[in-house]
Formats: sequence, C-alpha cells, structure tokens
Amino acid sequence: MSQLDLARLQFAMTSIYHFLFVPITIGLGFLTALLQTGWHRTGRQELLRLTRFFGVLLVINIAVGVVTGLVQEFQFGMDWSAYARTVGDVFGAPLAMEGLAAFFLESTFLGLWVFGWDRLPPRVHLATIWLVAVGGALSAAFIMAANSWMQHPVGYTVDPDTGQPRLNDVWALFTNPVFLRGYLHVMLASLTTGAVLMLAVSAWQLRKGSAPLAFHASARLALVVLVPAVMLGMLVGSELGVTEGKYQPMKIAAAEAQWTTCQPCSFSLFQIGGGQNDHDPTKIIEIPHLLSLLATNHWNGQVVGMDPLQSQYEQQYGPGNYVPNVFIQYWSMRVMAYLAVLVLLVGLWGLWLLYRRRLSSARLFHRVAVWTAVLPPLINTAGWLLTESGRQPWIVQGIQLTRQGVSPSVTTATVATSLIVFFLLYAVLSVVEVVLMTRYARRELAPPTAESTPVPTPTY
Amino acid sequence: MALATFWFILTAVLWTGFFILEGFDLGVGILHAVVGRDEPGRRAVISTIGPLWDGNEVWLIVAAASMFAAFPGWYATMFSGLYPAMVLLLVALILRGVSFEFREKVLAPHWRRAWTVCLSGGSLLVPLLIGIALGDLLYGLPIDQDQEFTGGLGDLFSAYSVFAGLTLAVLCVQHGATFITLKTTGELRGRASLLARRVAPVTALAVLAFLPWTHSTAGKGVLPNLVALIAALAVLAAAWLVTVRREGWAFTATTVAIATTVLAVFVDLYPRLMVSSTDPAYSLTVQNSASGGYALKVMSVVAIVFFPLVLAYQGWTWHVFRRRVSAEQYTVGGATGDAAG
Repeated sequence: MSQLDLARLQFAMTSIYHFLFVPITIGLGFLTALLQTGWHRTGRQELLRLTRFFGVLLVINIAVGVVTGLVQEFQFGMDWSAYARTVGDVFGAPLAMEGLAAFFLESTFLGLWVFGWDRLPPRVHLATIWLVAVGGALSAAFIMAANSWMQHPVGYTVDPDTGQPRLNDVWALFTNPVFLRGYLHVMLASLTTGAVLMLAVSAWQLRKGSAPLAFHASARLALVVLVPAVMLGMLVGSELGVTEGKYQPMKIAAAEAQWTTCQPCSFSLFQIGGGQNDHDPTKIIEIPHLLSLLATNHWNGQVVGMDPLQSQYEQQYGPGNYVPNVFIQYWSMRVMAYLAVLVLLVGLWGLWLLYRRRLSSARLFHRVAVWTAVLPPLINTAGWLLTESGRQPWIVQGIQLTRQGVSPSVTTATVATSLIVFFLLYAVLSVVEVVLMTRYARRELAPPTAESTPVPTPTY
Repeated sequence: MALATFWFILTAVLWTGFFILEGFDLGVGILHAVVGRDEPGRRAVISTIGPLWDGNEVWLIVAAASMFAAFPGWYATMFSGLYPAMVLLLVALILRGVSFEFREKVLAPHWRRAWTVCLSGGSLLVPLLIGIALGDLLYGLPIDQDQEFTGGLGDLFSAYSVFAGLTLAVLCVQHGATFITLKTTGELRGRASLLARRVAPVTALAVLAFLPWTHSTAGKGVLPNLVALIAALAVLAAAWLVTVRREGWAFTATTVAIATTVLAVFVDLYPRLMVSSTDPAYSLTVQNSASGGYALKVMSVVAIVFFPLVLAYQGWTWHVFRRRVSAEQYTVGGATGDAAG
C-alpha cells in the first residue's frame, strides 16, 4: 500500500473509533442532565441514584472520546500537511473556535461536575452538567462546520497568488446548508445513541430485577427521547441526502449504484454485484420513484448517473477517476437506513409496552433492547462512511484531491508504523472500555443515600 | 501585519499557559507513585489534579488549533516533520489521559499498577517530547524552500533540543512537587516537600544553562533579555522558597519560572516560527506562514470574547477545589471524591 492509502486508512480508522464515543458522550450527556434535573425538581432519590449511575458510564466514554480526539487534531498536520497548508485559513478557524468556545467549557465543567457533588450548591452543580452537555454539542457544531466545508466549500475566495482558499465570510460556514442539516442529523443520531444505551442498560437491570422503580424511570426517559430522535433523524437524514445530491451528485448516485441518468428513479432494497467495474448489477426488489423522492424531493426527480458525471468532471477538472467506492456507498447507505428502522421498531415496541404498563415485566423486550445497543455504533459508522467515502476522490469537494493533500515529507514506513501503533493502542482501549462499560452497567444501583457515601468499587 | 504578530503572541501564551497548568499536573502524574507510597496516598495525590487536568489539557488542544488556524504552514511543517515524535506524544497523552479514569475503576493491584505506570511514564514523556519539539523550532531543522521537512529521525534530537526537553521535564517535576506540597497534608506533604527541595538545585542548574544556550542558539548572544532574567530569578527563588517552606510563594515562583522559560524560547524565536538549518532564507516566519487577514480578524474577535471567559471559569474551578487533601480521606470508608457515581 502507498503512503496515501495508509494515511487514508489511518484517518478512517481513528475517525471511526473516535466517533464510537462522541455520540455516546453527547447523547448520554443530555440524558444524564435530564435525570439530574428531574431529581432537582422532584427530589426523587432514585433519579439521583440514576444520575450517578449513568454519570459513570458517561465519564468513561468522555475519557476515551477526548484522548482519541487529540489524534484527529494532530493528524491533519502529521498525515495531511499539504491539506493543512492549503486550507488552514478556512478549515482551521472553526477548529480553533471549537477549542476556545466549546472544548474548554466541556472539559472544565466536567471536572466541576464529577468532583463537585459536595462542594457546589445543588443548583450550581446541576448547571455544570448542562454546561458539559452544551459544550459537547457546541464542539460538534464547530467540527461539523469544518467538515461540511469539505463537502460543500463556502465563504471563501481563492488567493490569486497562491491559489489558496482564503476565508472571506465566516457566517457562511455556519449557514452552509450541508452544515445545518448535517449537524442536526448528527445531534439526533447522538441522542439516539445515548438513548439506546440508556435503554439497553435499563432493560438489562429490569430483567435482573434490581431497583425496578429506578430503572423503569430511566427506560421511560430513554424511550421518550429515542423515538422522536430516530424519526426526526431519518427525516433530517433524507433532507441531507437531497442537499448533498445537489452539491455532491456523485455521492448520491454512487449510493444507489446509479451509473446512468434516470427519471423517475427507483430504489433497490438489495443488489448483487455492482462493484467498481460492474455497471450492471442485479437489483432486487426495486421500489419505483423512491430514489427520485430521496435524492430530489420530487416524485419524478432526475438523478444524474455516475457515467455522465464522470465525463462532466473530466471536462471540468481534467482527466482522472471521480467515482467514489460504489460498494461502500451502496451498502453503507442501506446499513444505516435499515438498522435505523430496526432501532425505531424497538423504540415503538417499548413505547407501546410503556403505554400498556408492561415495560418492567416484558422479558422478551428486555432481551431485545439489550442487544439493540450494538446498532447505533454500526449506524453511525455507516453514516460516516457514506459521507466521507462519498466525498472521494476529493478531500475538499472541487478544490483539492485527497492525493494532493498528503504530507510530502512523510514516508510510507512512518505512516505504516504509526498505523500499527494506533491500531494496537485502540484495540487495548476497546477491550478496557468494553470491560469497564459492561462491569459498570451491570453494577447494582448505589444505595439511596449516595450523596455522601463513596462509590462502591467492585472487586474481583 | 499586526494581527499575525498578535496570533504569534497568543500562540506563545497558549503554550505557556499549557506548561503552567498542565505543567504541575504532569509533575503530579510523574510523581504520584513516589509521593503516594500506598494506594490511599496515590489516590490522594491524583485527586489534587483530578478536577483540573482535563481543563488544563485543552490548552494544548487550543495551542495546536491556533497554530493550524493562524499559521497553517507552521502547523503543517512542524507536525509532519516531527511525525515520529508526535506519534509518541499522542500515545503518551492517550495512556495518561485514560489512566485517570481507568485506574480508579477496578480495585485489583495489578490493574492499578499498570495504570500507574502509564500515568507516570506518559506524564514524563509529554513535557520531554514537547520540549524537544520547541527546541527543534529554534535550533533548526532541514527545511527546503517549499517549507517541507527534508530530514530524518536523527535531525529531531539535537543536543540543544534534547536539553530543552529535559529542562521542561524537570521544571514540571519541580512545579508538580511544589503543587503537591501545597495541596496535601501529613506524610504526603512531607515527601513532596522533600522531593521539591532535592529537585530544586537540578532545576535551577538546568534552567540557568538552558537560557544562555537558547540565546546563543538563536544567535542573540548570551546576555539574557528581561524574560530570561525573570526566569533565572524565579527558578532560584523557587528553590529558596521551598527550603523555607513557603509553599504558596514557592508555587508562584515555579509558575513564573516555567512560564518565562517557555516564553524565552518564543521570544528568541520571533519573528521566525521554525528555523531552517538548510538555509535561513527558507525559515518559516510570522509573515510567510500566516493566514489571511479576514481569518485572523474573525478569530481575534472569538479569542477576545472567549479567552477571558475561559480564564474566569477555570479560575473559579481553582477556587472550588482549593482545599488540601489527605491520604486519610482515601482509606476505606472515607470519601472518595472520585467519579460521578
């Protein structure tokens, strides 16, 4: 493999890994804040116990999320120095803002929340968890603004001397249609992820029969957040698809493996074949008009195929291959959508049980809900693959190709070594994270007077 | 352009802030196993920085981000040129960062020992590596006319830059030992104070050697400028104050010492950002590496609004956690003060 391949693999691996923790952090952050708010308002002891219980899970995830975020920040300079040099003027600005305006907030108030239980007045302490949650959400906003610029560059002019993009309208970064929809989509996906985790843990505890009153409350909160979040997430996601279809038509055409232009266009549930060179895959169960609807919001909308787009780009940008990996596009889109439907069904099932007052006793639902926890990470990963792989071969759509962005001074061997180092390190961290998460998720709820007593640390 | 210079100063301030704040928590990380001989002692020592370290580390993140945004060329050349050191730095930061959280979560001795090793080792590597990197900026690296690094691994470890790393590491140890003295009681405080007194002469010697070496490396003679003069006085004052057991003042002195030592490097660096050893004309400078005027203006507004705010709430955090801690709090039955649950 070349330095370019390895650098891309490294970025993909570390981003996917980082983004396993980010949505949990954001989603669970808000849910924990809601639990604490509930305790503050009602004084119900079980809500305080739940706050502390889920707070531990939250903090474990933040720890891994923060340190893996460092790798993301450094990597732009390490592996993608030509990219950093060219676009730092525009792309670096939201990153710097993220640190100043959001990350300081999240990290500082996390320390205050975790260690401030008996040093801060309850109202002030409640404010700290909300600031942690808001800080996390703000961080995501700045990062998404930067990322959306790579998908649909706005608010810049090209310096005639250097050919470099120069920021000329910072407001445009935050009104970028790809950003507005993409950010909302990420926030809803994060709430979904946090809610599914809370639901899964609560279901496990309900099945075991420990503190049923408390875990019924957390399961209910999770369900009430989960169902609207998934539904809105799907809605916003399809809007995002239309927006991207407008600015990155190749991405959307590849997601349906659509080589030729069609009107109206059908959506296939599955296909056989259809790799990079197979222009005629066997589509299975085609739903008429659905692709038109998804990609353009119109019943008879036209979707331009990859072949005409390819010739158009060759004329515009010169010879080259402008088709992203069709297999990844086609399947990541479907994995994301299909699994999201599954999550929604589980959520609706749970709501129905809640309505029928059978949530605490529905054994089968508990079993299913526990396993639902594996779905959001898969959905989130597929979503990012769809977005980022679909941007290829561009690192910034229409401005810089990915292969032009790599560091000229770094050797293949160096990247390979660091890839192995991070792979091993992340593998170890995964094991530790999973062990700790399951251990703490299965732990008994702390006694009601948890306020002044220590955390019961489990022993072997 | 004045804004570019403003961002150079801000970047220098961010790195300085990082060393002031994370400096002591790195020191605490390095020393926690030695100062806290048993488990309650170690937990007590770690808890002195428990609420603070995460916020402190953001200074590093913002420092790097400000380089990216204000001086993309600097960020690109430095991070790709120092690639192997950066990988090691990230590994150290990751292991150290998760060890705070992971260490407390399982009681088994071998588990805690493993994370103690990660915490101490990682905390030592961070100032060492960043120190080497700062030294490299000033000492010079092979950089061609396209601002690309053309050297190899060996170029990163000049005698000067390695000494810069060692100086910053020992400063962190001193800063951390003084901080533990200030924040603990009983035996912990005694051991930390003893350590601070033992390390003080080494720190003083290192800084006193480092400052003229920095000047001569920068080609500015050996006579100290004002910043270097303050650094020299502060490091001597720190050594004296810790001997006469004035911990509060000693910590103030180590704060000034570590800040001015880092600043001294940046003062000598200006207006260059990275010296090219290939040809001084290829050096990266504030002028040839800065972002466009509009980007700098926007970020200046953001910095001017948010920076004071950050200082205010971080200062408030200090106030909230101003109490001393003792090992007794961490024996069985005492309050743990850790974790949310």
